[in-house]
Amino acid sequence: MIGLTHYLTLAAMLFTIGVFGIFVNRKNIIVILMSIELILLAVNINLVAFSVYLHDVVGQIFAMFVLTVAAAEAAVGLAILVTFFRNRGDIAVDDASVMKG
Amino acid sequence: MALQAIAFYVMATVTVFAALAVVLAKNPVHSVLFLITAFFSAAGLFVLLGAEFLAMLLVVVYVGAVAVLFLFVVMMLDVDFVALRQGFARYLPIGGVIAGILTIEMIVVATMVATKGAASRVSGPQASLPDVTNAETIGRVLYTDYVYFFQAAGLVLLVAMIGAIVLTLRHKPGVRRQNVSAQTARNPKSGMRMVDIQPGAGEGE
Repeated sequence: MIGLTHYLTLAAMLFTIGVFGIFVNRKNIIVILMSIELILLAVNINLVAFSVYLHDVVGQIFAMFVLTVAAAEAAVGLAILVTFFRNRGDIAVDDASVMKG
Repeated sequence: MALQAIAFYVMATVTVFAALAVVLAKNPVHSVLFLITAFFSAAGLFVLLGAEFLAMLLVVVYVGAVAVLFLFVVMMLDVDFVALRQGFARYLPIGGVIAGILTIEMIVVATMVATKGAASRVSGPQASLPDVTNAETIGRVLYTDYVYFFQAAGLVLLVAMIGAIVLTLRHKPGVRRQNVSAQTARNPKSGMRMVDIQPGAGEGE
């Protein structure tokens, strides 16, 4: 019998994989953005699972808004990445010190 | 019920391993393809839960738009991805330990929430109202109670679209563009030039 626990466990694993991805791929901003998408997917799974198991459709509405914001975030993030690549010629973010502060 | 359990475990396993492959793959193109796999199986899990509308939304928005955008950027940028993996092995052990601890803690909390929280007092899963489709259930709430949030979401997408265009738009010097106002403002006086050519001599610009 598949219950709420199963979905929450899956979401927890996806979330930590996303955090782990940000940890280990500190230079590659494309993989960092993909890890953020994984984290948001975990959040969505949590929202939908709770929505279904609490009989409250608002969770699914909120998941939709999270989806919207995730799409907008990916678009703007990749646009910034393309501009960054044009200006510097590579996408290594750990030595991104263009501003001389 | 047994079929549902099998479907859940298959799709959950595929999701988790695809997510791990996203993070660990050497080639970012493979990462994007595994991301698509993860989203697809997550959409399958949403169908299993009964939230079909969100499942289709996930496929359309993520696989159709976001993942293709990622693929486009990964393939367009000419980056030495091997150099970007420096320090990967250095952060792998500590990252793995922290991720493991985090997972165990979150699973413990999730189990407590699921078995002792508010969800334990509600009987069985229910994604939609009785005798109503999932899309209609969402629509009834989204376009009434949450209509302002819906409009705000549209605004967010508009701002993101304009922002992405403004960020990536580039005016190259030396590219001739059509100047409509200059074209329509032409009159016979400015568009025509009278030249008195001497016999035997040419006329150059």
